[in-house]
Amino acid sequence: MRVDQQLIAEMIPAKARVLDVGSGDGTLIDYLYRTRGCDARGIEIDMQSVTQSVAHGLPVMHGDADHDLAHYPDDAFDYVVLQRTLQAVERPREVLRQMLRIGRHAIISFPNFGHWRLRLQLLTTGRMPMTSVWSTPWYSTPNIHPCTIRDFLALCEEDGYVVQQWLAVDEDGLKAPWRRSIRFANLFGEQALFLLSRG
Amino acid sequence: MDRSVSPSVEEGPVYTHQTMCLEEGMALECGAHLAPLEVAYCTYGTLSAARDNAILVCHALTGDQYLAEPNPLTGKPGWWSRMVGPGLPIDTDRFFVICPNVLGGCMGSTGPRSICAQTGKAWDSEFPPITMHDIVASQVRLVDYLGINRLFAVVGGSMGGMQALTWVADYPERVFAALPIATSPFHSAQNIAFNEVSRQAIFADPHWHDGHYRDFGAIPARGLGVARMMAHITYLSEEALSRKFGRRVRKEAATAVPAASSPSLFGEMFEVESYLRHQGSTFVRRFDANSYLTITRAMDYFDLAAEHDGDLSAPFGKCETRFCVVSFSSDWLFPTSQSRLLVRALNKAGANVSFVEIESDRGHDAFLLDEPDLDRTVRGFLNGAAEHAGLAKVEAL
Repeated sequence: MRVDQQLIAEMIPAKARVLDVGSGDGTLIDYLYRTRGCDARGIEIDMQSVTQSVAHGLPVMHGDADHDLAHYPDDAFDYVVLQRTLQAVERPREVLRQMLRIGRHAIISFPNFGHWRLRLQLLTTGRMPMTSVWSTPWYSTPNIHPCTIRDFLALCEEDGYVVQQWLAVDEDGLKAPWRRSIRFANLFGEQALFLLSRG
Repeated sequence: MDRSVSPSVEEGPVYTHQTMCLEEGMALECGAHLAPLEVAYCTYGTLSAARDNAILVCHALTGDQYLAEPNPLTGKPGWWSRMVGPGLPIDTDRFFVICPNVLGGCMGSTGPRSICAQTGKAWDSEFPPITMHDIVASQVRLVDYLGINRLFAVVGGSMGGMQALTWVADYPERVFAALPIATSPFHSAQNIAFNEVSRQAIFADPHWHDGHYRDFGAIPARGLGVARMMAHITYLSEEALSRKFGRRVRKEAATAVPAASSPSLFGEMFEVESYLRHQGSTFVRRFDANSYLTITRAMDYFDLAAEHDGDLSAPFGKCETRFCVVSFSSDWLFPTSQSRLLVRALNKAGANVSFVEIESDRGHDAFLLDEPDLDRTVRGFLNGAAEHAGLAKVEAL
């Protein structure tokens, strides 16, 4: 399991009802079911991953964040997880709204566009930055809604979500020492991880 | 195709199925009472001491109970013998598998060929209209008779999937897991339209005799054959037809067709035509026209949402059943969009749902064919559900 998935798992208590949006190969939901006794389900856009997950006995359905969350009833889950996907959805604000409608808590991770390397590249070369995290050119990237940690905090405030916990981590998911300062986290954190609840 | 074929006499088939006979019969949704009620069925594997490992497999429109053993009428392997058996995805080393012939069918369950107690004659076209609920109610009698309280799973493709959904809607506490494949929560207008053409082809046959063809020692073979030919097209896809037959012409066809009944213009057959004619002519040897009409009508009636003011999630509101919905990308008879509609309704109901659309160019029929992703999905879903149900592993049985 990736280190950032481990961090997510640590936020989720035993027996919780969890929906992992973008469940990939099902690692997180499998872990939550086996070690925490969670009722963990997945939604995944890649059909091969879906088949692989179901073939492993995991409850995963083919679908995506933009189109499938709307069909769940209010409070269907305790936690709704969105890993490294927010920047690639069509309507991030609506996806967040749906996550916090169907779940009491939302756990969101996304790559931070405020990282100093990106800022520096744009400043010095005048071209769209490319890094190991942001590795596709502007004309073919699926990441149509990049944001910074401060952007995300601003949206949470505007829409009245409570930030219960947040972390800035490096690409390998290791917690970084600057996590107490938003300003530093926004400059040095490559990935951000938020635990939100309704206001 | 040959009109003089009589469906059951010529080969002297040896039936290997069992039959449950319920003297008191059962009431149908239409108000009629069918007595006695007979359900013909085959079973595979062993029922566990706890009676918790039973899987009911529901067959499609023209299927029957010969799931995993040679069919006595056709001599061909059971219709899902590649899926059900020892070590196969529906593993009979682990599960007790039951496959009943549907109510209204013609392979031993009560249907149009059965004797009507009131008249002492075969029902034929007077057989009362039945619904998917009636078909499932007859299966409930069988499951009761076998002493099984909760089925571990109900599995079915196409119309078999309609039965699986009806099982959960009508008896949610009796189904732990449901696996509806290549199916829909309602029969679409297009599918009703196809069924209607099938029925009209049967009615137009001079041997139809208002459904009393057996009194005349005849069967509406041409009409039923045409119905099957057309239906068969809907089970495939343009891609599958192109790949299998293309525009190839069958050279020897001219001699295979009786000259008198076929003008030369239609004498030289394309391979696809020859294939369909073969499908039609073999079908009429094993299937009864009145059964075909009865069961297609039951499919047409099927619409789970309509019974709940248009809310498809309502029938699943109280179920704890685990679902795995499977569709095929090239299935235009029961397209993925209808499965997705079902999945979203199940999500709304809070049900535990897996949903896989399998990439295949073989159309609706794909569920019966060699599709490795289907095998993996069925095996994985059943194993996962068995773990949640606390079923013993194979070794422990």
